[in-house]
Amino acid sequence: MYWERSLVALATIARKETTRYLRIWMQTLLPPAITMALYFVIFGNLIGPRIGPMDGYSYIDFIVPGIIMMAVITNSYSNVVSSFFGAKFQRHVEELMVSPTPNAIILLGYVSGGVGRGLLTGFIVTIVSLMFTSLQIHSLFITCSVVLLTSILFSLGGFINGVFARKFDDVAIVPTFILTPLTYLGGVFYSISLLPDFWQVASLANPVLYMVNAFRYGILGAADINIWVAYALILLFIAILGSFSLHLLNRGVGLRS
Amino acid sequence: MHALSLRKLSKTFKGGVVALRDIDLDVEEGDFFGLLGPNGAGKSTLIGIVCTLITRSSGEAEVFGYDIEKQAWQAKCLLGVVPQEFNFNGFETVEQIVLNQACYYGIRRREAKWSCERYLRELGLWEKRRAVSRTLSGGMKRRLMIARALVHKPRLLILDEPTAGVDIELRRSMWRFLERINREDGVTIILTTHYLEEAESLCRNIAIIDEGRIIENTSTEALLTRLNTHAFILDLASPIARTPDIPDFPIKRLSDSRIEAEIRRDQSLTDLFAKLAEAGVRVSSMKNKANRLEELFIRLLDNKLDDEGRQTVSARGA
Ligand SMILES: Nc1ncnc2c1ncn2[C@@H]1O[C@H](COP(=O)(O)OP(=O)(O)O)[C@@H](O)[C@H]1O
Ligand SMILES: [Mg+2]
Repeated sequence: MYWERSLVALATIARKETTRYLRIWMQTLLPPAITMALYFVIFGNLIGPRIGPMDGYSYIDFIVPGIIMMAVITNSYSNVVSSFFGAKFQRHVEELMVSPTPNAIILLGYVSGGVGRGLLTGFIVTIVSLMFTSLQIHSLFITCSVVLLTSILFSLGGFINGVFARKFDDVAIVPTFILTPLTYLGGVFYSISLLPDFWQVASLANPVLYMVNAFRYGILGAADINIWVAYALILLFIAILGSFSLHLLNRGVGLRS
Repeated sequence: MHALSLRKLSKTFKGGVVALRDIDLDVEEGDFFGLLGPNGAGKSTLIGIVCTLITRSSGEAEVFGYDIEKQAWQAKCLLGVVPQEFNFNGFETVEQIVLNQACYYGIRRREAKWSCERYLRELGLWEKRRAVSRTLSGGMKRRLMIARALVHKPRLLILDEPTAGVDIELRRSMWRFLERINREDGVTIILTTHYLEEAESLCRNIAIIDEGRIIENTSTEALLTRLNTHAFILDLASPIARTPDIPDFPIKRLSDSRIEAEIRRDQSLTDLFAKLAEAGVRVSSMKNKANRLEELFIRLLDNKLDDEGRQTVSARGA
């Protein structure tokens, strides 16, 4: 009974979240398609041939997985942070708070929206990339599971950001100052084997590197890191951010005065 | 059975504002209950705590015997709230907002449709069901929040100033609606209001809250009886030892040289003075105690202060 009712609530939140990003597709789905197409044109077609092969793959093939991942990461994150902050700002998050919907369901609902948009954007970027190169997938399971887990992880990150955000500026701070640098330095455009020793080691402290590389492994079959370490790390982060999000919701941080 | 029961409920906000102090309040099932008080008295805070949007600092709150936090599921299913501020998604349609709310209570969309239609029709929003909510007028938005609060069929409905800023005609139709669901569906209703006429015409019982304390909790009837009388404080020219017995005028002796007299609307002040003179009581000056709910407010609030703060009216020559 309890779970049956919770599932109705979950489906409702998930549908609301989905309609939200689909309704504003000009702001949510179109920009990544355009940006990533530009990356493919510039780095793949124009500059790529001059760079030559990377890790034994043509440069465009090397960057495709990273660019897809970049789209998934930013979109999962920004969907949840802007949706949850918007719900707080417009106060309609109170509709959920006065209802008996369990906090875990609220969290799952918002995460499902982030995952939905993350994966859909990833899919769109993949389609765009096919206009520039052909993709052979090394392991479908690894490719799909890594992209799904990464999307969950960054949706949770976006949720936590949304909980703490008090004004619109707060929504952009983490993506600009943390997420973007970590992604660009996370081996999207280069193999870390090109870096001096010190920076190779330093890069290993960047969690995004593991996700990008695990995903690249799924597609190309080559990675700078051990992919099992990547899985363990992603799962660990999901567990930490997931319980922290739930803790914040239970405490009513940023929601209840 | 109490629809709502508060025990020693207190709230101190971060920053130290004490919004509620040891509130004890019981509202019987089936009641139409008014919570009155000036701005900043703590009405919205009290409601916020009951619907768990605000955390309590101490004390207990139960809805039909279920603790609002420990038995949140049961308590919340029995409760519907219409908040003071609009808090729906401005981009969703009227129907989406009401149906989604039902789903948050675990009611399937298909099953919620019937109850959604009923309340939208009764509240005159059915024609607007496909309208995006931010395009509605203020009165419609208010009614949308009422439909949303009722869609899961709560047993207790709490409304925080539901008719603020609503024109008089619409206000009256909202009253009729609330009376009907109270009478026919047996929904217990608690409402806060600034319009005293509203409390007078709708509520069977009224509590008055000020600075976070309940300073009056009684039936509307008892309150109104008190309103039909005018109270005066009389300062006496010479001290008296005991309460003078004046026929038709209830007198309270406040001190040796001060009494309080109640005068009904149909009695005259001249009469009172004549009878006082007969009894050998000489009045030197008179202070006005107020009248009607608005002034009862002031009276109740003033009672907490000392009696000196009132306007002094010289009674010489009256
Ligand atoms: N979130 C808050 N933080 C701090 N103080 C608050 C908050 N909400 C209300 N207050 C204060 O608590 C008191 C009671 O407010 P409120 O319950 O809104 O009164 P009412 O609804 O009776 O007008 C006021 O002094 C108000 O300023
Ligand atoms: Mg208020």
